[in-house]
Amino acid sequence: MSDNLRTRFLSTSLIVGFFLLWEVLCIILNVSDLVLPRPSEILVTMYNRFPVLWPHILQTLSTTLIGFAFGVTIGVALGVIVGTSKVAYAVAYPLLVGFSSIPKVAVVPIFVLWFGSGTTPAILTAMVICVFPIVVNIATGLATTEPELEDVLKTMGASRSEILWNVGLPRAMPYFFASLKVAITLSFVGAVLSETVASNMGIGFVMMTASSNFQVSLVFAGLILLALMGVILYAIFSLLERRITGWATRGNDIAIT
Amino acid sequence: MNMTSNIPAPTLPIATPETTPASVRARSAIELQAASVVFGTGETAVTALSPTTLKMASGEFLALVGPSGCGKSTILKLVSNLIRPSAGVVLVGGREAAARKLRIGMAFQNPTMLPWLTIEQNVMMPLKIVEPFKRSYRQDKKGAFRDRVHALLKQVGLGDFANHFPWQLSGGMLQRSNLCRALIHEPDLLLLDEPFGALDQFTREELWQIMQDLYLDRAPTVLLVTHDLREAGFLASRICVMSARPGRVISDEPVTLPQPRDIATIYSPEFVEMTQNLREMIAQARSS
Ligand SMILES: Nc1ncnc2c1ncn2[C@@H]1O[C@H](COP(=O)(O)OP(=O)(O)OP(=O)(O)O)[C@@H](O)[C@H]1O
Ligand SMILES: [Mg+2]
Repeated sequence: MSDNLRTRFLSTSLIVGFFLLWEVLCIILNVSDLVLPRPSEILVTMYNRFPVLWPHILQTLSTTLIGFAFGVTIGVALGVIVGTSKVAYAVAYPLLVGFSSIPKVAVVPIFVLWFGSGTTPAILTAMVICVFPIVVNIATGLATTEPELEDVLKTMGASRSEILWNVGLPRAMPYFFASLKVAITLSFVGAVLSETVASNMGIGFVMMTASSNFQVSLVFAGLILLALMGVILYAIFSLLERRITGWATRGNDIAIT
Repeated sequence: MNMTSNIPAPTLPIATPETTPASVRARSAIELQAASVVFGTGETAVTALSPTTLKMASGEFLALVGPSGCGKSTILKLVSNLIRPSAGVVLVGGREAAARKLRIGMAFQNPTMLPWLTIEQNVMMPLKIVEPFKRSYRQDKKGAFRDRVHALLKQVGLGDFANHFPWQLSGGMLQRSNLCRALIHEPDLLLLDEPFGALDQFTREELWQIMQDLYLDRAPTVLLVTHDLREAGFLASRICVMSARPGRVISDEPVTLPQPRDIATIYSPEFVEMTQNLREMIAQARSS
């Protein structure tokens, strides 16, 4: 427990130290606000402009989460199909890995072309960008299930769907949650990217306009908000992961008395 | 059957539900007709079981002994329909194994507990999957079924470990949970693959007793694979010896000692003679 506390203390002081160093260096080197505003200025801007920023924060969060939800649904469905069928796995897996290495940024202009600018392309980008890691992980989790575990259920006369529900899916959960952490971050990146390119809402849009108006501290305020949101989303899913798939890591807490 | 054991019998918490119809039970429980198993093809083909013919009546307790790698586990997998015979026929309850005429309980050689479930949930799994328990699983899993699992775990000395995860148990404890999972749904046909292998002598003898009482009480058909000749002699009503790989049955003898037997029987002259004979047979089977 004390180890845990120490780690937390260290990582907190690292973050605080980073911002302090930034502040101090800006003052010592006399850096212009137009190049790199000080953290304190950014905070003030964030506080003053918060009423304006708030709807944009909500916009970015909701497009991310909606796109992510679609992505997870599609990803899980595809992953189950690919993971449970040997043929589908052999045929589709290389294809999937190939697809997932395409830079998804490239789809943004296409979505804009099809759906105009705004919320729709942002949601679609968030969705497309997070589907592949989920499919690949679910499929891997299912396909690598030990046959012995399935045999246990087979001797009981379980149907294929019972085996999937009771062995395959629980077995794939650690893979699934590992991919969720990655996927939520990707969705977020996708949504912001699309907002930056083609939207009049969202933090990405705010940063874009602020930068063309030389409101540098607002740009940085946006950046820090994004970082915060990204970290929070990631943290939520890591927490979920730990709660649900604790069995895979075996909480190796040996009591010392 | 009777329960005239002179040892205080720990009773299983059993409320007998509808069992397999008598018409099915009357037929032979297991019938292997020249069944053989070959794994792989071409150069890498391994004959796991050469054509084997074996018949088991309903209610029989057959112990299968033989050198390692001779195909004992393979026979169990044939009967539980995990693998199909490469040639020959496997009938269970008078029908193809795939028809699942009998309710099967199987304890694997390696106790494969599902790592994401507690021992209680693992042992309860058959009640979730197998009819007629499946029907009332939702209502009973927190009540009657749970009590039943706990009582059984307690009987094998795992009462305190119901809520532990498999990786928190020792090898022998896992084997006992494995046995519980094979028994919990009161199968008509018990397939046990060295279920007492990793246990100390005393725990083992205790479980032999439990096993014998259960057998005499419910009269399931039992196919037990074991390396322990005393275990075979103590529990079985018939012992089959298999030859070395690729195996086939080379000896098939009934055990004439009256049941129920008591642990002291093991040291009686007839018993010792019987195990001696078996031992020699296996020694020959190994060297040939
Ligand atoms: N999946 C498999 N693929 C290829 N060969 C196999 C497979 N399973 C078993 N075998 C082979 O079949 C033979 C019989 O195996 P089996 O597991 O039935 O032996 P066993 O009699 O149970 O031995 P033991 O007493 O050591 O458990 C072995 O020689 C093994 O090499
Ligand atoms: Mg074996």
